[in-house]
Amino acid sequence: MEKSINGNIINGQSILLNEVPKLGIGQFQNEIEKCVESIHGHCTTYYAFKSEKTLQLIACLANDETHELKVISHEIDTSVKNQQLALTKEHFAFHVYEREIAENYGVDFIWHPWLKSLRFPHDAAHTMAISEYPFYRIDSEELHEVGVGPIHAGVIEPGHFRFICNGEMVLHLEIQLGWQHRGVETMMIQKPTLLQKNIIAESIAGDTAIGHGLAFAQLIEGLSDIHAPKLLEIERSIALELERIAIHTGDLSALCTDVAYQLGSSVFGALRTPVINFMQAWCGNRFGKGLIRPGGSHYPFNEELRSKLTAMLDDFELRFNTIAKRTFNLDSVLGRFENIGRITEKQVRMFGGVGMVARMAGIQRDIRRSHPTGGYIHLPYEPVVLNTGDVMARASLRRLEVEKSIAYIRDLLVIWKESKKQMIASPPMDIKMKSNAFNLSMTEGWRGEICHSAITNSKGEIIHYKVKDPSLHNWMGLALALRDLEISDFPINNKSFDLSYCGHDL
Amino acid sequence: MLAELKILNQHGKQYIPDIRKAEVPAPFRGLPEITKSSKGALLEGLCPVGAIDVSVQSIDIGLCTFCGECAHRAPEMIRFTNNHRMATNDRNALIVTPRKAESIELNPGLVREEIQGVFGRSLKLRQVSAGGDNSAELELGACGNVNFDIGRFGIEFVASPRHADGVVITGPISKNMSEALAICYEAIAEPKLLILAGTDAISGGVFAGSPALDRSFLDAHKVDLYVPGNPPHPLTFINGILDLIQSKK
Repeated sequence: MEKSINGNIINGQSILLNEVPKLGIGQFQNEIEKCVESIHGHCTTYYAFKSEKTLQLIACLANDETHELKVISHEIDTSVKNQQLALTKEHFAFHVYEREIAENYGVDFIWHPWLKSLRFPHDAAHTMAISEYPFYRIDSEELHEVGVGPIHAGVIEPGHFRFICNGEMVLHLEIQLGWQHRGVETMMIQKPTLLQKNIIAESIAGDTAIGHGLAFAQLIEGLSDIHAPKLLEIERSIALELERIAIHTGDLSALCTDVAYQLGSSVFGALRTPVINFMQAWCGNRFGKGLIRPGGSHYPFNEELRSKLTAMLDDFELRFNTIAKRTFNLDSVLGRFENIGRITEKQVRMFGGVGMVARMAGIQRDIRRSHPTGGYIHLPYEPVVLNTGDVMARASLRRLEVEKSIAYIRDLLVIWKESKKQMIASPPMDIKMKSNAFNLSMTEGWRGEICHSAITNSKGEIIHYKVKDPSLHNWMGLALALRDLEISDFPINNKSFDLSYCGHDL
Repeated sequence: MLAELKILNQHGKQYIPDIRKAEVPAPFRGLPEITKSSKGALLEGLCPVGAIDVSVQSIDIGLCTFCGECAHRAPEMIRFTNNHRMATNDRNALIVTPRKAESIELNPGLVREEIQGVFGRSLKLRQVSAGGDNSAELELGACGNVNFDIGRFGIEFVASPRHADGVVITGPISKNMSEALAICYEAIAEPKLLILAGTDAISGGVFAGSPALDRSFLDAHKVDLYVPGNPPHPLTFINGILDLIQSKK
């Protein structure tokens, strides 16, 4: 077990829960503020762990430049008072964390601007129904409200969007989520077997089965003494990049659809197919469900798959480059992409944006580079960063990340080919985990930073599980992007963010 | 213009000519097959959703998440074939036994009288995700892409329940979506279809038993088609729908 000093940890490597420093409230909040006020710092997760008499607030602080990861905590004695000074007042990125803790445990965050429900969970500390959500309102005869959802026009997940409009212009957009809440974190504890937990992890967001599956696998391996062999780590990174290529390509198709560019819509749409069909040829499922398992793999990568993947990528790249070049030079497309839905770096820092949303607004925030695991240690990854913060940046980032991931996979394949072949074990049915341990595991899924965290009891059973999908913070980006836009620009903006409803609602 | 021609040339013909005969290549996990049942409880506690009768007398693919673990642990007893034809209107037909190795089929006797008369030529569907993880939703979306092109059969997903002939549910039906789902279903004119796409919708999948679900909607309404899969493959869905609306008594 890694020795922890001052709460410094390494992504995916467990420590004992009692090695997580318990700080007084002043020092706890100081440490957090010091981190998030620095240009390279952000808080990757902040949640509450309830034991018999106390509520332990746990925060994980990351520095993207120094690669430091630090976990600290503060204990509230709930039998005395269930109250805390809100960090949100000064640091808006904490609004979702504090709303979640308030909703789940009834903590009263003093000076929090509005502790409204985050997802109406089954075990909420309040009794409000999802239909009673208190929207922000402006009383004016000149303004009107437009409500969309929870069921949308397309074949997508449910969420409610409430616009306050002045004529066609959007003054304010509020996004109400929670409709997709399935009790993921409760099920993670209640379902006893490792396989059940693994399948739940793959279903947190089915479009990110590899990303969440990998965060889970790393977490479990870190909680036991399992070290994935290098070959397996390389394979997992290949899978994660393939997932990114597939979804980014599908999103480029959808963006073309939304600006009525039929050829781009069809061609990008068709291009996604060979990528997910390769995934199926690898593991029997187009979304990679079943591929990522802690401690081994049922589908070790092999020479036949390598040549198939190489051929697929060559063909894909040729076709992708042709259609991308045309799309991004077409006035009718650029006119609908450029300067639409712009958000600034300052705004993204304020709401704690991660992943693509950070990288399209000038912030280099990427777990593959800042806190790499597995394949990203063997082969360093240099992120793509754009800075215009508009639909164009979000579309271009997808194009550039697809190109980058193709090149990266090719390099991984070289390493794979040159590595000494070793048997990759079949994944164990059960894994003995350490007692009273804490672990935190992060991966950079196609949307951004995925963070899984777990705590075990004296028998090594998981008694607390916390998931943070990148969408948790990024939804605020969409809300801000819509300000001062015409309401008809909503679809293109929504697609350009393509955030997860189920990943947020859990 | 030249750029467009180059794109079209590279794009080529993407559509699957005959959807009815199309196959999904192995190792796709489609319909499982019990090759040998065992008296002992070899696989007890293995299946994450309890889809397997412990002595391997049956597998319920309405519960199955298609993780494939059973076939990896006991390859001599269970294997997953690449047969994607799994949709049926008979819930009991989803229980695979050693004697039933062929495709799962629709039971024409169970198809309601009005369905064949009304929906034979064109079908508009409203999709409702109720706790779906977005994989089934993406596969339903893929049904309309240039490869599968469900539109060629006059079938499409529409924006409003008022335009729809039926509802396709994905997801285990979260409590928070249960009211919206009921309102949406209510808004569709009679006669209407009810289709469950994916294991989560059919049984709750790995989320079965979660306190955050409310599946009472299904107690009150007759299901016209079950489409298994995690997520259901577009070919499973399209062929299932075609079987349903083209069924002859």
